[in-house]
Amino acid sequence: MAQIFAYIVHKSGVADDSAAELVAAAKKLDAATTPTAIVTGWGAELDAVCESLRGSYGQVWKIANQALTYPNAELIRQALVKVLPSGSILLVPHAHFGIDLSPGLSIKLNAAYVPDVIGIESVAGASLTLVRQEFGGQVSAHVRCDLSTGAVLNLRPGAFKPQDGAAINGSVIDKSATVGTLTAKRRYLETVVAEAGDVDITKHAILVSVGRGIQEKDNIAIAEELAETLGAAVSCSRPVVDAKWLPKSRQVGSSGQTVKPKVYMACGISGSFQHLAGIKGNPFIVAINKNPKAPFFQVADVGIVADILEFLPELTNKIRETKGVSV
Amino acid sequence: MEILVCVRRVPDTSENEIQLNGTGNDIERDDLVYSVNEPDNYAVEEALQIAAKNGGNVTVVTVGTEEDEEVLRREMAMGANQGVMLSDEAFEGSDGKGIATILKGFVQKGKYDLVLTGIQAEDGGAQVGGMLAAMLDYPFASLVNSITVQDGGKLKVSREIEGGNREMNEIDLPCVLSIQTGINEPRYVGMRGIRQVASVEIPTYGASDLGVAPVMVGEAGAKVKRLDYFVPALGKGAEILQGSQEEIIDKLIELLKAKGGMN
Repeated sequence: MAQIFAYIVHKSGVADDSAAELVAAAKKLDAATTPTAIVTGWGAELDAVCESLRGSYGQVWKIANQALTYPNAELIRQALVKVLPSGSILLVPHAHFGIDLSPGLSIKLNAAYVPDVIGIESVAGASLTLVRQEFGGQVSAHVRCDLSTGAVLNLRPGAFKPQDGAAINGSVIDKSATVGTLTAKRRYLETVVAEAGDVDITKHAILVSVGRGIQEKDNIAIAEELAETLGAAVSCSRPVVDAKWLPKSRQVGSSGQTVKPKVYMACGISGSFQHLAGIKGNPFIVAINKNPKAPFFQVADVGIVADILEFLPELTNKIRETKGVSV
Repeated sequence: MEILVCVRRVPDTSENEIQLNGTGNDIERDDLVYSVNEPDNYAVEEALQIAAKNGGNVTVVTVGTEEDEEVLRREMAMGANQGVMLSDEAFEGSDGKGIATILKGFVQKGKYDLVLTGIQAEDGGAQVGGMLAAMLDYPFASLVNSITVQDGGKLKVSREIEGGNREMNEIDLPCVLSIQTGINEPRYVGMRGIRQVASVEIPTYGASDLGVAPVMVGEAGAKVKRLDYFVPALGKGAEILQGSQEEIIDKLIELLKAKGGMN
């Protein structure tokens, strides 16, 4: 099988969790492989990341270049095209950087590209069968990928569980000289940090979270009333923010906030992986959705098949009654 | 500014429960409600706003068949100056690279300063825009959630990165951007607007018009092929509460009390 490489995303001198997941995925592709890590960057932070990977990667290819201090996908693509042997398989985490890098890289390498892979089913010669999800996770699909001219595979973060294994003594190989000068038609300027909102959903133990099922802005009040009776805060999924019904600071998910409540009530949220990625700390999850096929029912502890616009006000009334009696 | 927006017609997941068909190799396509891919709609709105502010034209293009014309007309009703259909038997079964190859053929027939796509399709994975840019040797940015036109043939764009943070970039024109949802508020299109563009002619181009070699696209050129659809065996899954609404509510309240869900 072709040589397997893993692109390492890192920040402040620390490799992303995906670095260990990519090793697990590489072993699924080829149990005998010791994958090679590719790390781009500059300075002491780059060296720290390379060093930290020696226990899990046979080789760590270091590409030091001052132009790569911030990971600009256009520059990194040029670097990878220069260093990757033809026919290689490159694994990349499917997050904002991988989405920026991989489609164009696959064209320049003349390699196949498969985005957002969640499983590796089988390998037979140059034919690889992968698993993806479509339609917001409502159905899965087997996808065949022709490896004969190499492949760039973007893997969903969290889909491949890191394996425990004996630490190996990998070596760091400096490939910086191969890369040479890099120039880009897109230039990084700065990162603008998200503004804090009126309510900090990361600090709440109970979240009443609403999605597309809330249907219109005026209905947000239904969730707010329930939240008030529970002593909870209202959070939401992406479509609610896109529609400007709640501010961005209330959004749970990979492009929003990461929350760690004790109880998470998902109301009319289908449960895309980007949303689920924002829920940590193993809360008790209640999913309420009128679509019995909603992916959220696969991860929730308790599910209720109901229209939230009818169900939530009833629930609120009953809780008020209960509280009234017990006081 | 000449702006091209690539759009697609997809099953609307907010209107449909996606299920497997009887033989289990595809989704049930009878009675599906189709609409324009949601992020593409934001891309068209963004193009219209840029053109209104800076002058220029907006063209919408799709790769498809006759039934996909409705999404072009919808976007024309929003205000796009023209719609273009790229259609050929040779295009059937194209993977992401195939679609990008077809679009590249069309882009090179014209002179566009800016090419926009939606970030991803319901059954895709955020790939065509980046591929198209690489084929054209244009710069590219994904997950774009704001665009400002600057002097000297440049744009300032922000990309949505983790935690709601935004990565600001300067990018030279011509370029390709894939647009994230929420960048704007797409305008409403009524039946009247659609009727007004119902008889506008939509030019159609095939493989030979675009200089696309049939072996490079469609089934023949695809390195990536979907074999089937399936619904994975569920893990434990949620315990679905049964009974009357009243019973369900009582059960839920007990559970919430036990799990710390009531303060």
